[in-house]
Amino acid sequence: MSTETPVPTGTDDVNRYVTVANTPEFAELRRSLRRFVFPVSAAFLIWYALYVLLSAYARDFMSTKVVGHVNIALIFGLLQFVSTFLIAWLYTRYADRRVDPLADDLRAKIEGSPE
Amino acid sequence: MNGITLAVGATTTRTLTLTLFVVLVAATLAITIWASRQTKSAADFYAGGRSFTGFQNGMAIGGDYMSAASFLGIAGIIALNGYDGFLYSIGFLVAWLVALLLVAELMRNSGRYTMADVLAFRMRQAPVRTAGSISTIIVSIFYLLAQMVGAGALVALLLGIKPGDTFLGMSAEAAKIVTIALIGVLMIVYVTVGGMKGTTYVQIVKAFMLMLGALVLTLMVFAAFKFNLSSLLGEAAAKSGRTPPESFLQPGLRYGRDIAGNAAATLASKLDLISLGLALVLGTAGLPHILIRFYTVPNAKAARKSVVWAIGIIGVFYLMTLALGFGAAALVGRQAILAQDPGGNTAAPQLAEALGKRYLGGDFGGSLLLAIIAAVAFATILAVVAGLTLASSSSLAHDLYANVIKRGQTTERQEVVVARYSAFVIGAVSIVLGIFARNLNVAFLVALAFAIAASANLPAILFSLFWKKFNTRGATWGIYAGLISAVGIVLMSPIAWGGVSDARTPATLNAAQAKTCGVEQKSKAVSNPTALFSCTTAAPIPLENPGLISIPIGFIFAALGALTSKERNPDKFAELEARSLTGAGAV
Repeated sequence: MSTETPVPTGTDDVNRYVTVANTPEFAELRRSLRRFVFPVSAAFLIWYALYVLLSAYARDFMSTKVVGHVNIALIFGLLQFVSTFLIAWLYTRYADRRVDPLADDLRAKIEGSPE
Repeated sequence: MNGITLAVGATTTRTLTLTLFVVLVAATLAITIWASRQTKSAADFYAGGRSFTGFQNGMAIGGDYMSAASFLGIAGIIALNGYDGFLYSIGFLVAWLVALLLVAELMRNSGRYTMADVLAFRMRQAPVRTAGSISTIIVSIFYLLAQMVGAGALVALLLGIKPGDTFLGMSAEAAKIVTIALIGVLMIVYVTVGGMKGTTYVQIVKAFMLMLGALVLTLMVFAAFKFNLSSLLGEAAAKSGRTPPESFLQPGLRYGRDIAGNAAATLASKLDLISLGLALVLGTAGLPHILIRFYTVPNAKAARKSVVWAIGIIGVFYLMTLALGFGAAALVGRQAILAQDPGGNTAAPQLAEALGKRYLGGDFGGSLLLAIIAAVAFATILAVVAGLTLASSSSLAHDLYANVIKRGQTTERQEVVVARYSAFVIGAVSIVLGIFARNLNVAFLVALAFAIAASANLPAILFSLFWKKFNTRGATWGIYAGLISAVGIVLMSPIAWGGVSDARTPATLNAAQAKTCGVEQKSKAVSNPTALFSCTTAAPIPLENPGLISIPIGFIFAALGALTSKERNPDKFAELEARSLTGAGAV
């Protein structure tokens, strides 16, 4: 793998990208990706913002003890880890099943024959 | 010193530590030379031949990302300030979701070697690549300086060289200079000889050592508390020296403090916390040395896998730092940590020594575990500085030299030669800057690098990938506005100006600080004795973290620039979308 084929830049190639980009199948691919990543991004950013704001302004609530010396602040923080792991897992599953097949078909269409 | 031998510099510890340092350097150099034989083309040099697996790249991302600041720094903040260190870890981890969901795969599909490849895809090459390259180099050099200066102080501490002490005939100052120069030379060698392949393997080795070292310490900490989290927390709080002890387990000792009777200071502290949180979560996906790691795998699916692995590795690591920080508070104790380093950077090594004594058979066990953890910290520094040097020299060669100065009229061979010279120049400049700045408090540079990445790079990256109307002016305005505002705000902040104001309360000074600032020791005119410019002039902006202001500025200027320019190129955007979403035509 010491050399790379140059990126196609000729007019024909570009037209093939543009042609495929304007097909309903491509719109479906775009939609299927955005349907997951936009709402989930908004959700985890709000969830994180909530954690930061509570850490800044709701000290008494965060200091409530739950079990022994374990308080809500610690649990809330650990839940940020859990949600991050969970979203990473869910996204992989979604992308593998719902996005990759569409993307593979369209790539084959643009590149002509599948390698 | 409660039997802590670190400062005394027990000969055994020093000998063991030095031996491990030498072994580590020899091993990484061997890897580098081996990697150099497989580095021929530009794709080999910049992107490691794009042949790494998702897991390998995930490890390397972890090795690139988890700096000494996050290993020793976060453990230290937790050991001294308790819960608040955790805020850092969470921001550093959650940030990876931005990279996973919005950036990694699209970037992998549409770029080749650098961040600016993607930004310049549908724009006018010269202005956008220049802006992207300037931002890449500034972010990387700031980050690099923080690592190198930190390393100088750290290695002196790990070898137990105190001011006034000598080591192999060197004073503490000389040892710092030698350390900075040595690290600089090593990173130049890794990058010029081994390219991305060598750098990646160094990062993988480091990630493995770091995870293993942290795991061993974590298990020992839990064993010491019979695997009971609550009793670990209770003991840490009891030994924290805080009143009430429980406050150690709650947010607010360091960030977002409630300052009694001073509403302005309280507000500034809370806004600073929010500003830091914002920069951490949005900065990661704009760090050039992280972004170029996505090019080292064969396709988008592997890029996705590598980010998922990185999230797992980094997440588990930050959970372990929580145990290390609280463990150090409980088993080493605040006084012993402060006596060694007021910043708490040696909390983790001190913990290693205490645990080694306890579980590995007395003093020798203590020295051994301490030496191992010191070597892990050293490996951590080497891997991160190599990644940063590679990112900045790649951008200098590929963006500025090949595509702006030569307008694309170069051969791959020439480009790689220039990249190697660039690594040499950037390394040399960093060594000189690092030596000059060795006694300055430069820890803020890491937070600043994240703030610039979030303010200058992220808006341009996201708009490039998702917004049809985005164009050359939008990209350049966004990058320069984000960059200038982030740096400008820090230059007007309490980091640069240490005087007291409504929002900044007086600090307790020691004799040396009073002398440096030119005030009496009992003076109430200084709030930050380590201010860069003046410790008696008040800062015009009370925030230490610029993100809260500079990130919106970056996004707003990127949008304004795009909307006020008539340049539109729907076909080029269609092509970018088709490439980034399908992977067609990707190299």
